[in-house]
Amino acid sequence: MIKNISNLGDAALYCDFGNEVNKSINSQVIKYFKTIKEKKFEGINNLTPSYNKLIISYDLKKTNFKEVKNYVENINAQDSKDIYSKKLEIPVCCHENFSMDIKRLEEILKLSREKILENFLNKEYFCYMTGFIAGMPFLGDLDENMRAQRLETPRVKVPKGSVAVTEQFANIYTFESPGGWNILGNTPLDVFDSSKEDKPNLINPGDRVVFKEITLDQYKNYNE
Amino acid sequence: MSNNYLEIIRPGINTTFQDKGRDHLYHIGIPFSGAMDNRNYLLANKLVNNNLDSAVIEFAYQGPHIKYSGEKINFAVTGDVIFSIKKKDTEMEGKCYESYQIENGDEINIISTNKSVYGYLALGGEFDLKFQWNSCSINTKANIGSNDGKKIDVGQRINLKKINSNKDIKKTNYINTKIENIRVIKGTNFDYFSEEGKKIFYEKEFTVSKLSDRMGMRLEGSKIDNIVNTNIKSEGLIKGVIQVPADGNPIIMLSDHGTIGGYPKIGVVASVDYDRLVQMSPGSKIKFKEINLSDAETLFKLYEMETQNLLSQI
Repeated sequence: MIKNISNLGDAALYCDFGNEVNKSINSQVIKYFKTIKEKKFEGINNLTPSYNKLIISYDLKKTNFKEVKNYVENINAQDSKDIYSKKLEIPVCCHENFSMDIKRLEEILKLSREKILENFLNKEYFCYMTGFIAGMPFLGDLDENMRAQRLETPRVKVPKGSVAVTEQFANIYTFESPGGWNILGNTPLDVFDSSKEDKPNLINPGDRVVFKEITLDQYKNYNE
Repeated sequence: MSNNYLEIIRPGINTTFQDKGRDHLYHIGIPFSGAMDNRNYLLANKLVNNNLDSAVIEFAYQGPHIKYSGEKINFAVTGDVIFSIKKKDTEMEGKCYESYQIENGDEINIISTNKSVYGYLALGGEFDLKFQWNSCSINTKANIGSNDGKKIDVGQRINLKKINSNKDIKKTNYINTKIENIRVIKGTNFDYFSEEGKKIFYEKEFTVSKLSDRMGMRLEGSKIDNIVNTNIKSEGLIKGVIQVPADGNPIIMLSDHGTIGGYPKIGVVASVDYDRLVQMSPGSKIKFKEINLSDAETLFKLYEMETQNLLSQI
């Protein structure tokens, strides 16, 4: 449930569901997100669900904090359908051409390359949210012994398709962008496709994702 | 192929098509985009008899030099902009907030914005552009919008699919006011900062850094000290949020911002001051002033009424 509602500036509501990051809190966030999205309240122009917060932006020309807060407080999010959740397999090539940070991870985690990949691949991760850049999924949770900090100096350009980890999370760079996560491999799949306006994101909050390893040859032939 | 078009002789530094932007997409990672300075965007369209949500050309600092081919058309420039109009053998200086008629072979040369950042060029008609999610605003980081999501480039031809039949010349007297203080509402992590840090935020001047663009405005000045945690669990952002990363220098989220961020939020710029904030060029001094929510709402209403008044006078 929402623990507290406050204002973020004069054009957004900040709904706080708690400080922990776990599936049960995140599922609550997604439930509210879906319910409000379906109801199309006049003036609300954006909803941003994250691990444990939901930010509701509105057009100050059409409504205000008091009205939107009152509306959200009286919503029965329990009525909403169970969160949509599909299971996806994401092919990932961990050839040394792509796994730029595996040496760094070997040192930090004190694990061999094989062990790191074994720990990472073939496990089910939960999509908590998408964003930062278009379509980027924030997936979790990684095993306890796999958790490393971000790079001290982020890369200016992370290649499109990079599969990377930090702390208890994994993500996929949907297009070339700056970034500081530890890169393990690369997927040939288009995780974000702006030409599909109704469904640009392959992975959505609530989905479950499993990374399956492919060889360099399979990677090269993937889109042919 | 349209017979009415622009040719880009020089594109300028950061020239894009912008309109009202796109909403309901934060949850998939796509920001609003849209014209940075909304009031000047609306005025530009009104001056050439366009619908107010039509696409315009937005430029930053140096603007484009364009050559027009086709039947007679009106254009107008808004902002604080130095530009000239070349007709056959004569070249004249143009004035902002006035519409002009140009014809086949005429050129518009937008030399630069003056002590400001963004300016707008509207043509009386409709550009032939691709819409994505009901907007042709270009987001160059995600390559979304018209022009394949890329800046307008040299040698490009831009077609117009319609020219307005109403070619009345219009003008208005508008002066872009500068404000001394940018008003801010306390952020959700205000208490992450030391007493000294909070004092610095409201009392010291910050300088707009060169590393500012449509995504964000970086500020330099006294370091704002964090006493709780320099990271938070990533959560949603909106335009105007002021984040303070570990280095203590504030960053203000602007129209093309990342939709999620993990730095503490010290404040949020009041909507009433957003148009003026984005016009502050590198080297400008910024001072923040605290304002409460209800004053911010009232001031925005007044600002919006003023915008509507300006539009109705054209």
